[in-house]
Amino acid sequence: MISYRLNSRIGAVVFTAILATPAAAQTTAITGGKVYPVSGPLIENGTVIIANGKIVAVGANVPIPAGAQRIDATGKIVTPGFVDASTQLGVQEIAAVNDTRDMSARGKDNIAAAFTVWEGLNPNSVMIAPARKEGITSFVVVPTGGLVSGQAALVDVVPGTTTDMIVRSPVAMVAEVGDPQSAGLGSRGELIVKLRELLEDTKFFQAHRDAFDRAQTRPFVASRLDLQAMIPVVEGKLPLLITVNRASDIDAAMRLARDYNVKLMISSGAEAWMMADKLAAARIPVLTGAMNNIPDGFASLGQRQENAGLLRKAGVQVALIGNAGGGDEEAFNVRNLKQEAGNAVSYGMTWDDALRAVTLAPAEFFGAADRVGSLQPGREANVVVWSGDPFEFTTRAEHVFVRGREYNEKTRQDLLIERYRNLPGTHNTPPPR
Amino acid sequence: MGTAGCTARTPTTAPSPSRDSAQADAGRGGISTPNADPFPSTYVPFPSRTTVVRNVNILTAAGPLIRNGAILLQNGKIAAVGTTVEAPADALVIDGSGKYVTPGIVDDHSHLGVYAAPGGNALSDGNEATNPATPQVWAEHSVWPQDPQFPRNLAGGVTTLQVLPGSANLIGGRSAILKVVPGRTVQAMKFPGAKYGLKMACGENPKRVYGGRGGPSTRMGNVAGYRAAWIKAVDYRRKWDKWNADHKGDPPARDLGNETLAEVLRGNILVHNHCYRADEMAQMIDIAHEFGYQIRSFHHGVEAYKIADLLAKEGIAGSLWADWGSFKMEAIDAVKANMALVDHAGARVIVHSDDPSGSQRLNQEAAKAMEAGAEIGIPVSEEQAIKWLTINPAWALGLDDRIGSLEKGKNADVVLWTGDPFSIYSKPEKVWIDGALLYDRLDASEQWRTDFELGFVPFTGTNR
Repeated sequence: MISYRLNSRIGAVVFTAILATPAAAQTTAITGGKVYPVSGPLIENGTVIIANGKIVAVGANVPIPAGAQRIDATGKIVTPGFVDASTQLGVQEIAAVNDTRDMSARGKDNIAAAFTVWEGLNPNSVMIAPARKEGITSFVVVPTGGLVSGQAALVDVVPGTTTDMIVRSPVAMVAEVGDPQSAGLGSRGELIVKLRELLEDTKFFQAHRDAFDRAQTRPFVASRLDLQAMIPVVEGKLPLLITVNRASDIDAAMRLARDYNVKLMISSGAEAWMMADKLAAARIPVLTGAMNNIPDGFASLGQRQENAGLLRKAGVQVALIGNAGGGDEEAFNVRNLKQEAGNAVSYGMTWDDALRAVTLAPAEFFGAADRVGSLQPGREANVVVWSGDPFEFTTRAEHVFVRGREYNEKTRQDLLIERYRNLPGTHNTPPPR
Repeated sequence: MGTAGCTARTPTTAPSPSRDSAQADAGRGGISTPNADPFPSTYVPFPSRTTVVRNVNILTAAGPLIRNGAILLQNGKIAAVGTTVEAPADALVIDGSGKYVTPGIVDDHSHLGVYAAPGGNALSDGNEATNPATPQVWAEHSVWPQDPQFPRNLAGGVTTLQVLPGSANLIGGRSAILKVVPGRTVQAMKFPGAKYGLKMACGENPKRVYGGRGGPSTRMGNVAGYRAAWIKAVDYRRKWDKWNADHKGDPPARDLGNETLAEVLRGNILVHNHCYRADEMAQMIDIAHEFGYQIRSFHHGVEAYKIADLLAKEGIAGSLWADWGSFKMEAIDAVKANMALVDHAGARVIVHSDDPSGSQRLNQEAAKAMEAGAEIGIPVSEEQAIKWLTINPAWALGLDDRIGSLEKGKNADVVLWTGDPFSIYSKPEKVWIDGALLYDRLDASEQWRTDFELGFVPFTGTNR
């Protein structure tokens, strides 16, 4: 038994390597499709040219380079690859197996600003291929837990090392507001005070670095590396992504951001719709889902599926993330991002906005719109050809390109199905090899 | 004696058309207990009016799709369904152009009411995690009828729920079969005459919960625990059956846990077994054979596709997820084609939720599983997939003679969808239970709000 298990694992790895080798130098022309560049208007019967891993041309009347591999996308839809704006993909393989969980840091007093979650990212996670197979070509790996959870990074879903995958790091400092207990504090107000103290200490640390190095400063709330990591936040260069749900907590986070000139982004935001006009006026983007309407805590009593649509209507920039609860939030189900998008449409968001919310919007929030999220010359060739409406269940991601390479390797699930789809006569017979 | 006790307690205030025959069924075989139905249903159908939906596509779960057909709901029952129906002149007529009608969805794995929103310790009533075997507990005694998750489930087209105890215990206790209706008491929600279910659980959960406090701490300990419980139950049943036959001497002492297990052995309570791995399901089947009971459905069954032939042979359903998996070791072999593969092998497939959010969109879960089947060359028709949501779970609850399909004489539990129910853009527009319109997406004023929601939850007055 052991030997066949090992064999099957090695088999999977070899398979991946073989199928992942088509040369990125290959020029590819995707023709005849309904092309949604997202950064510009829909192109009926459009062409997308990919060369050297980049998009080189997008348009209605684009000449096709000689020798280009052609993909006929007639009757199909072409979009940028989807960007999941908040996941633990790659840093959590099996939630109940501690050895595979690397999304949280202990930090000092629940402050772990220096924690760079991507250092623990496993590019060989078996969850990554299933996500890409369903059209996810980039994701933001986000740390969780504590008061300040750490730093997030945006990566492409390519094989190789984490270094190969990274598009931009860090893309945000991550914090959680609204659950004082998990931050080791007594109340909401104390939690905000703690964040203020951290921001003030960071400024003081930055201004008195020499004194600090001579051990001539007062004690700080956070460690040296945490304070250092916070400097770009107080400089307004690195966004502070706060997971927060209750309207009053969002308001408190907004006051904090205003007082310290912090570039704020809201994640989860169950009651963000109640603050929609204020969020729009302050130009604060929101990452939220469209599949949860349960008042599942006293901080999210106003949770509703129309949240994303209402925020857009008020002019707030929105990225869609998984919030369905249960198993849908596991790393395995990053692939359900399209289902969030479809539900968002069903609950009031326009289709175009929903597409933007899973492509260009997150790329813009995380400062990577020059690399991913749209179909424009010069961008990474992260492109998906869908058999139909990408949000509909009957639609398949027929061609998935990441940095110009097409991927169609078998996932671990495909291998399991191959093994068991034709069952032997009795359950006592060993499974087919 | 159980049968008599049961019908005698029928409240005169609660006449329900299905009640008499149903209650008799519940009492049948309740012979180890002085009263087989100590917490009787007080459910009364809500007021209804004769309603006909015309020009509508109908997935009956009992035959081919009827295009542009009609369905007549009368006196709480389905009076007619077909390409055309004769409707009385006073019937409310609904034009269903471009829309679909299906039976009400049945979720056979819910924890609504026992893990009520907004959550927290005060509302955590689903696992009596004080002993690995607690057949004596009944989920209905934990159900909070004001759980705000109930109306949301109704809005998702769910009309019948099996509320189960959690999976901490080898034997978790009795389930509650509820209609998704507003009620001041759980009795007012109980499906009249429904058989109880018994929750059992395999694998990681019991050994994790009890590993540090007396065991079981291993899978072999789990199996020893089931067998020890059934050995006692067999003994208990024999003593009571003998006393019932001869009435000699004092009756045996009552034991609540063994009463439940004895009823399982008599076939009057249906076993719902939480189990992920193929090898463990096969072991649970052997245990059932050893003690002479049936497993009605394996719940979660992420590896059901590996033993789909065995499930088909044993007549055991698989209550499955479309795509959950990998959150623990016993779930790592989850494949999206599980339902299609199990269906293809001839076993009964049920789309279950185990989740208050997923339960609201079981149609979407089914649609994902259909697509996964199509991708590997096992297409699943809409006529088949609707069974996964309705008649198959109704069978798992022993209620397939009353609900689960749109056939003349069955309870009028009906959903009108805004479009094809397997499209991501479709939602239930109207939901009827026993012919009564209990949810209307187009009429916020009529939407059910639980006591909890008053004041706490902003009234948004739109489609939930």
